[in-house]
Amino acid sequence: MSARSTLRALPTLLRIGVSEAVAYRAEMFVWVLSTTMPLIMMALWTAVAREAPVGPYGSQDFVRYFLAAFVVRQLTGAWAAWMINYEVRQGTLAMRLLRPISPLWSYAAENIGAMPMRLFVVVPVAIFAVSTVGWKSVPETAWGWVFFLVSLFGAWLITFLVNVAIGTLSLYMESSTKLMDVWLALFFVCSGYLYPVDLFPPVWRTLIDWLPFRYQIGLPVELMTNAHGFGDALALLGRQWLWVGLLLVISLGLWNRGLKRFAAFGG
Amino acid sequence: MISVRDLRKHYQVHKRPPGLKAALRSVIHRTYTSVKAVDGISFEIKPGERVGFLGPNGAGKTTTLKVLSGLLHPSSGEVRVDGHVPRHREDAFLKKIMLVMGQKQQLLWDLPPAETFELNRAIYDVPRAQYKQTLDELVTLLELEELIGKPARQLSLGERMKCELAAALIHRPKVLFLDEPTIGLDVSMQATMRTFIKSYNERNGATLILTSHYMDDVAALCPRVIVIDKGLLSYDGGLDALVQRVRPEKRVVLRLNQAVAADSLAPLGKVVTHDNVTAVLQVPQDAVNATVSRALSSLPVQDLTVENAPLEEVMSELFAESKARREKVGA
Ligand SMILES: Nc1ncnc2c1ncn2[C@@H]1O[C@H](COP(=O)(O)OP(=O)(O)O)[C@@H](O)[C@H]1O
Ligand SMILES: [Mg+2]
Repeated sequence: MSARSTLRALPTLLRIGVSEAVAYRAEMFVWVLSTTMPLIMMALWTAVAREAPVGPYGSQDFVRYFLAAFVVRQLTGAWAAWMINYEVRQGTLAMRLLRPISPLWSYAAENIGAMPMRLFVVVPVAIFAVSTVGWKSVPETAWGWVFFLVSLFGAWLITFLVNVAIGTLSLYMESSTKLMDVWLALFFVCSGYLYPVDLFPPVWRTLIDWLPFRYQIGLPVELMTNAHGFGDALALLGRQWLWVGLLLVISLGLWNRGLKRFAAFGG
Repeated sequence: MISVRDLRKHYQVHKRPPGLKAALRSVIHRTYTSVKAVDGISFEIKPGERVGFLGPNGAGKTTTLKVLSGLLHPSSGEVRVDGHVPRHREDAFLKKIMLVMGQKQQLLWDLPPAETFELNRAIYDVPRAQYKQTLDELVTLLELEELIGKPARQLSLGERMKCELAAALIHRPKVLFLDEPTIGLDVSMQATMRTFIKSYNERNGATLILTSHYMDDVAALCPRVIVIDKGLLSYDGGLDALVQRVRPEKRVVLRLNQAVAADSLAPLGKVVTHDNVTAVLQVPQDAVNATVSRALSSLPVQDLTVENAPLEEVMSELFAESKARREKVGA
């Protein structure tokens, strides 16, 4: 579909994504309950830091970090891999392919449409953070807010595009969701979801900085909690969007090839 | 409007051998077998025609419709739909066609159908005024008033199918492919769908291809039928002519005032069924008149009608015939 008519259709797609999220609110709250890992980590790390700070982190810093991690996870969630996998199995992907718009727009709209509902969880948590560990829990400057929001969007895009890539693999193989499990395991270890990435030993740190995972959670969390000056923040954002660009090429490439194969071999 | 020349579609099926070692080897060296779903069929369809695809399960009907709507690439052959090559899936093409599959849904499951309609309006970029007019018409003709506000999952199968059909028509497709649109519906709902589909075709001059298990659908809707069997075209023409060809005999249905013995029926023609006071005889067409007058004079007839053989029967005979022919060729 032409860019202009896609743009014209997008508000409706998003509005319907929101309606779907409202219809699925019960499922969403169950999912929220399954993402409370940062809160458990928070309890753990603050207990450890009570004796002596861990690296640069005291108890208060850990509280701030993990509340931010919880917030970021809520606002960067994507589940397109499971949707694609399901629709390939059920054969309903065909129904989407009949329409003059890429199914990817529909998946994206549906995933983003869930965000407003999530604000009902996120805003109270952010208010709680500010009231217990102070204003450093949210960006303190205007550029800080801008960078934080850009990093959130970048983080969501990385998550979404990886979902698309892995979901597309179900056109080639039976169990692409197994691959998703592997990705998620790496994500938990490397993203800064369970501990801040600057607690990694320096050698590891370099590797982590080059992998995409920390740009999914760590970077937005650090930007939310004012961990970087302007220059460092900008450099890190640059790396994040490099990953966005790279994954855009990989995911769309896989997707287009996958669909061609799907149509050529049967489906 | 639609032209298909020597269309073939062979599916490549990955054969997974039994046993772990063989399975591991197959990861590296995949072996494929080819399923000849469509194996060289040709036909032309003019604008506004209503054509029924008939054929037993696995004949290749769905595959053909999927190729025509651009979901599958042909293995070989040429396909054109209103000047477009379906496999290119141009927007202009996708906006002209729609494929409705009785067993696949496009309605958003947890939202009311009205939301799916609205989504399709946006996706197909239908102008508001036209959308409103189309929707009003669909709601009236299909009696959707009560349905479009309820979540789709709460609708009965028949109600949902009506909404599926409406969702498929929001962009007023010029070419409509219907794959088993009435499957699982009760008789009255089937009739509603049929009437509506016919009126859509007549009002919009839309071209229509329909596959159905229910011969009544085809008989009511399609003056022309194309019979596909094992991926090959075995008949293309009028429905009546098809019946004539396969089963030239007519049926004389007798309702009697009192029971008669079987031997008093036998001389009149081949007895298809006989119980007490009703009997069905099969007679060659040119013998119908003679049989009728003999029956009237020799039997206590209360009521008499002359009919064609039921379509279902004609079809199964046709398929049995072509199977026998194939086996003979094979042997
Ligand atoms: N995706 C597929 N992969 C492999 N074989 C298929 C696929 N889809 C259909 N077939 C096979 O192709 C043949 C034709 O199927 P289909 O077009 O669905 O027939 P119909 O709609 O007439 O019942 C059948 O033998 C079916 O098993
Ligand atoms: Mg079929």
